[in-house]
Amino acid sequence: MVANAVFTINGLRKSFGPIEVLGGIDLALAPGQVTVLMGANGAGKSTLVKIMSGVYTRSSGTMELAGRPFAPATPAEAIRAGVVTVHQSINDGVVADLDVATNLTLDRLSGTGSKLMFNPGRVRREARAVAERVGLDIDMKKQVRELSLADRQMVSIARAMAHEPQVLVLDEPTSSLSSAEAERLFALVDRLRDRGVAILYISHRMSDIRRVADTIVSLRDGVITGTFDTEPLDYEGAVNAMLGRRIDAGQIEARAATGAVLSAKGLRIAEGAEPFDLELGAGEIVAVTGLVGVGKTALAETLFGLRTPLGGTMTLGGKPYAPRAPGKAIEQGVFLLAKDRASSGIVHDFDIGRNISLPFLRGLSAGTIMQRGAEQQRARDQIAALNIVCRGERDEMSALSGGNQQKVMVARWMAEPARVFILDEPFQGVDISARRDMAAKLRASAQGRATLVFLTELDEVFEIADRILVMSEHTIVGAHRNGEIDFDRLLSQIAGDGAAQAAATTTTQEKTTAP
Amino acid sequence: MTSQTRPETTSASPMDKNAIIDLAIRFGFLALLVGMVLFFSFASRGFASPQSAVFILQSVAITGILALGVTATLVVGGFDLSIGSVATTAMMAASYVMVVMEQSALVAVIVCLVIGAVVGVINGWLIVYMRVPDLLATLGMMFLLIGLQRIPTEGRSIATGMSLPDGTTAQGTFSEAFLALGRHRFDLIIPNFIPVSVVVLIVLAVLIWFFLEYTRFGRMMYAVGSNAQAARLAGAPVRAYKIWAYVISGVFASIGGILLAARLGRGDIASGNNLLLDSVAAALIGFAVLGAAKPNAFGTAMGALFVGILLQGLTMMNAPYYTQDFIKGFVLVIALVFTFALSQRGKQ
Repeated sequence: MVANAVFTINGLRKSFGPIEVLGGIDLALAPGQVTVLMGANGAGKSTLVKIMSGVYTRSSGTMELAGRPFAPATPAEAIRAGVVTVHQSINDGVVADLDVATNLTLDRLSGTGSKLMFNPGRVRREARAVAERVGLDIDMKKQVRELSLADRQMVSIARAMAHEPQVLVLDEPTSSLSSAEAERLFALVDRLRDRGVAILYISHRMSDIRRVADTIVSLRDGVITGTFDTEPLDYEGAVNAMLGRRIDAGQIEARAATGAVLSAKGLRIAEGAEPFDLELGAGEIVAVTGLVGVGKTALAETLFGLRTPLGGTMTLGGKPYAPRAPGKAIEQGVFLLAKDRASSGIVHDFDIGRNISLPFLRGLSAGTIMQRGAEQQRARDQIAALNIVCRGERDEMSALSGGNQQKVMVARWMAEPARVFILDEPFQGVDISARRDMAAKLRASAQGRATLVFLTELDEVFEIADRILVMSEHTIVGAHRNGEIDFDRLLSQIAGDGAAQAAATTTTQEKTTAP
Repeated sequence: MTSQTRPETTSASPMDKNAIIDLAIRFGFLALLVGMVLFFSFASRGFASPQSAVFILQSVAITGILALGVTATLVVGGFDLSIGSVATTAMMAASYVMVVMEQSALVAVIVCLVIGAVVGVINGWLIVYMRVPDLLATLGMMFLLIGLQRIPTEGRSIATGMSLPDGTTAQGTFSEAFLALGRHRFDLIIPNFIPVSVVVLIVLAVLIWFFLEYTRFGRMMYAVGSNAQAARLAGAPVRAYKIWAYVISGVFASIGGILLAARLGRGDIASGNNLLLDSVAAALIGFAVLGAAKPNAFGTAMGALFVGILLQGLTMMNAPYYTQDFIKGFVLVIALVFTFALSQRGKQ
């Protein structure tokens, strides 16, 4: 496919225990080209990067660098061989308490042949050479902690480039940069491309991809589902390949709402984002979709009182609604099942029953004293209602599978009637049968409340939603009714075409992205 | 459905082996405690007597009260190093209020409790709002209080009839009612048997145990300590819970200080050196009791008792005093291994 590839991967597989994360990857990187790797969360991007950078070893398949087999056992080996990775978390690549010069030459401080004494003058000289090679103009004496995120990233890349790599892997390098900062990064990427480096650029930000990509490779569920390398690049095709098109879209019967529960007017959730209106009705399930980092979680947190909107008003049941804290939102019947259950949902020291009762202890106690009987009864009821596979409500959470852990989180919030039930990526790390169970339960119980589900994966969206909203650049750019979807229009909205694209370019200068 | 039942069957097979380890983790420490009592009872004449039991309880009363307080901060995932100095500050304050300011016992007690609560609020504020790590904030507070308590008397201990910095003699005295807190003994079967401090210890232990285990506030405190973000998203005012934990710790420490002053009958700047380490040790040993692997009031009380029995037994067997700290440290290390290594394996 690529004639002059410097780096090739053939039939690469990786399994963790019984779970296959990468199922036969073929990839070729050409010198002087930027290959963008797109993939949703859990598609296997990070695993692939970690294999290339020597953190993981592959299960099977081969890699070749400049015609020679490449099988790094450690990150250091990968770097020596000429494959350098700049990881997503910027601060992993720099030492905040040292100055720029020391950071740029950090790799020479240890290892054989390094000098015992630390000579600041020599270090600065060497560092300047490193910086000049990538055209980086920066004060060598500055402490890294005083630098902006973008400058830290530059330092980190410059340091990586000091090894004269043939292949440079950039793992979501713009995820914490503003647009203006990102532009500097792209300029650096251009320079490196001109020097003949083969660059693998991992991202799901469409604006980045449009800017830098020579080739786009879409990864989905551990296999490459599309390669796009003919001009003009087919961005929508790439998004489609990454998210997966479901043939039987619209399998559910979309219901209409019976009356407004929550509505928002002129809501603005990020600096420079367009304001938008939102109306959620009783009995309907509304899915909000969009790529990672477009503000889905920010919207969920705004509705739940974790963030204050920058503008706009909200009403709940006709009354003004401006929760200052999650406790206030819960009191008014607005519940949020937050993203990433391990860090923001599960109380690891508590058994299943105590995890379920957590937000509603007041109703389960007489005065201040817990009513254990009522608590256990609720747990047993919810375990039965959601079909949670366990021995009983006293089981530890760690004994449950991911799907069942998530069912406990759903059970927690479904134990009391909600007016608005918000679920942020509820199907992450959940097997299909558990997902179906939860989706069916949500649909069966939807009467009387508004349900808002934030999802990146399109087939999950089609499986559960009555109505679909599309987010891009921290605003809502499209609305669809499940069952009568113009699929191409949906994809182009996700990919950020049309109106949103125009809006984005006008606000590029002041736009900042949520971390 | 089949994919979901799989974890069940795999976790069932090593159950029998795990059951033994589980049993060891759960009851190992209590078995050790009983074994130790039996050993000392046979090895040392007079150990197994009511008087000896009361003496042990009295010896652990003050550290036990402090340990119960620090347990509250451990529950919310914090730590309080200032408890020892809060106790000695309260002791000095009580003495100063009565001896120099010539106030009543009631005023002295109230002043002490207020000091404890205020220090707790400041600790909580430093940790929650100023984002100072808990160990550092309370360490700083410890130094501050050790210094502060010496300022009013220019570094001197406080006793009845002491001469003041301005050359006059202090006119106040420790009131009888106050001293009774340290010296009165309640009748229980034997006349003049149970000291006030032991009663206070038992009452506070039951209170904090009930609070942590049976009230929704206690439950939420555990949730905050285990996963603060999850607790916050479940609607809990996490910051308030943390601050309250330090207030509980401060107030408990000041109660310990009141009892210390009442027992000594003077404000002795040299006393209370071991309070911090002993009470922290008791709370940490408490992690191991009943395999809880987390801070808990019952465990803390048992931990304090364990150290008390061990030291009393060894003293009665004529072990030299200077070995005591070594033995306490040794027990603590073993208990920590119990807690972390063994219970971790039991969970997997």
